[in-house]
Amino acid sequence: MEKFTVLNGLVAPLDRANVDTDAIIPKQFLKSIKRSGFGPNLFDAWRYLDHGEPGMDHARRALNPDFVLNQPRFKGASILIARKNFGCGSSREHAPWALLEYGFRCVIAPSFADIFYNNCYKNGLLPVVLPETEVDRLFYDVASFPGFRLIVDLGKQEVSILDASRSAHFEIDAYRKHCLLNGLDEIGLTLTHADKIRSFEARRRERQPWLFS
Amino acid sequence: MGRTLYDKLWDDHVVHVGDDGTTLLYVDRHLVHEVTSPQAFEGLKLAGRKPWRMDSVVATADHNTPTTDWGRGIAGIVDPVSRLQVETLDANMREFRAKAYFPFLDKRQGIVHVIGPETGATLPGMTVVCGDSHTSTHGAFACLAFGIGTSEVEHVLATQCVNTKKMKNLRVTVDGLLERGVTAKDVALAVIGSIGTAGGTGYAIEFAGGTIRALSMESRMTLCNMAIEAGARSGMVAVDENTIGYLKGRPFAPTGEAWNRAAAYWRTLASDPDARFEREVRLDARALKPQVTWGTSPEMVASIEDRVPDPDKEKDAARREGMERALQYMGLKPNTPIGEIRIDKVFIGSCTNSRIEDLRAAAAVVKGRHVAASVRLALVVPGSGVVKAQAEREGLDRVFRDAGFEWREPGCSMCLAMNADRLEPGERCASTSNRNFEGRQGAGGRTHLVSPEMAAGAAIAGHFVDVRRLG
Repeated sequence: MEKFTVLNGLVAPLDRANVDTDAIIPKQFLKSIKRSGFGPNLFDAWRYLDHGEPGMDHARRALNPDFVLNQPRFKGASILIARKNFGCGSSREHAPWALLEYGFRCVIAPSFADIFYNNCYKNGLLPVVLPETEVDRLFYDVASFPGFRLIVDLGKQEVSILDASRSAHFEIDAYRKHCLLNGLDEIGLTLTHADKIRSFEARRRERQPWLFS
Repeated sequence: MGRTLYDKLWDDHVVHVGDDGTTLLYVDRHLVHEVTSPQAFEGLKLAGRKPWRMDSVVATADHNTPTTDWGRGIAGIVDPVSRLQVETLDANMREFRAKAYFPFLDKRQGIVHVIGPETGATLPGMTVVCGDSHTSTHGAFACLAFGIGTSEVEHVLATQCVNTKKMKNLRVTVDGLLERGVTAKDVALAVIGSIGTAGGTGYAIEFAGGTIRALSMESRMTLCNMAIEAGARSGMVAVDENTIGYLKGRPFAPTGEAWNRAAAYWRTLASDPDARFEREVRLDARALKPQVTWGTSPEMVASIEDRVPDPDKEKDAARREGMERALQYMGLKPNTPIGEIRIDKVFIGSCTNSRIEDLRAAAAVVKGRHVAASVRLALVVPGSGVVKAQAEREGLDRVFRDAGFEWREPGCSMCLAMNADRLEPGERCASTSNRNFEGRQGAGGRTHLVSPEMAAGAAIAGHFVDVRRLG
């Protein structure tokens, strides 16, 4: 997993509540057995004018000029701001994969769906929860100031505007922060507790043998 | 102080607690399907790791599998990308032997959330995980069951644990007798309509009350299945004699002395009377009417007696905009009576509503009637090969076929349209599935979520009808 420390990035707005994982990456692209190749299909149904299928040459597809991410001013954005309950719906990890491959490293919203939120951390994509009023203000800033950027400092748990005149604190579990700051392999960390898992399992096998038959 | 059912299930699986409360939770049952597992097995191999306990794994191919032409074998999966995904699961199962694998074409193949309980692979007191959000279904058996992403699938394969934090407790209490024609699906949709699709975020939901105790196990599965649509990763129901009776004699259920020991333990799986829930929600079942969604989120729901809402009457600007966008996508005008919405297709199936009782209920509505001429396609997709065989023994396939339905092979099918079953742009569907998101059943398709009875009624009438009024 790629580390996340400090991100200074262009901000793109997606002004919708309840953006679901079917919208983030439609199901026809889940047939891949790889972890990559999803970036061109991020928000596929909103982003293109035609219907997308795997294997298409996306460079030749007509873009929907009304979709916000297609505006030239948001090209290269690495921070997405969105409304509440972002990532609701299925457990597909293809959603954070697609966001990352497109170039986003951070999504800021008033709330996230649980499974999506969890999946982000496994891939070095930082989901930041800020109060609704703060997110409102960011939407206003993005609309008002072309080239609007934010600095997301994971160590300080802080989102700030470039001249540091305004900042907002965000919460994150210490364990997740540690993994993200250091780009750690979670499986490797868990396996440091292998003895504990084995002894737990042995007790369980004794008490509830039917679970192991 | 007393503990909730969720507290008990949680406490029983804690392996290790970190400084910030992040907990290693032991996993008893790992359900695997073809869509969210290939990258996990690949990751395991690339890291040179071995699976911890493959006898915890039960696997099947369900999302990509066709519901027609099984006689053609694997070649019947026309889309080569879908076929490769199914073959990749086959290869992984050959390499890492699971406790049970029900591959494409096997007579016990089916939707992963149908075959878990059906085989007794899902047992009370278990933690059940799967790379699929509708894993909440298994909570009907007093399991702690929740969906995980692919990285977590790999983590569970490698360590037999998930890294997670404890959720809060939410109890949804439903009391009163459901009117005939009003089902667990309507209860689920009404709850989601009341608390919203994010209402359960951060919570584990326990469904309780007299109405829930009176529900069959299959209806409880329908209810817990939809917990995720209320934002809760887990939904659950306490063990009672219904639970135990359902499991007795299932292929993977314990037998003999082990059965007695297990059943005694299972009977402890209920919230203590003085248990504390951070949030309580109540619903009066007697007032409940058949539900139909009108928008592009399961919370956009109304009763069959209602009309499509008018965004102009919504004061909250963000909600109004969401409603307007949804109505535009759905091609609906405000104030249209729900009963006047005409449909093009009908889908009876999915992990929400494809079990034998669902098919019996739908068949009872269609028996002796015929699908309306204006309906282009009415599909019945049983949840598993076992459900299909049972339905055929009961003659339900004939009832559906005589009425003009297509009787298909099992799988996820048009719930998410990863196979060839889908809506065309602009087509409107009465569907017993769980999500009405834009494009869910096919690009540009319009989904109305309903119960099996209501889907069957809509197929016959060509528009939504109140099944309570059908003789």
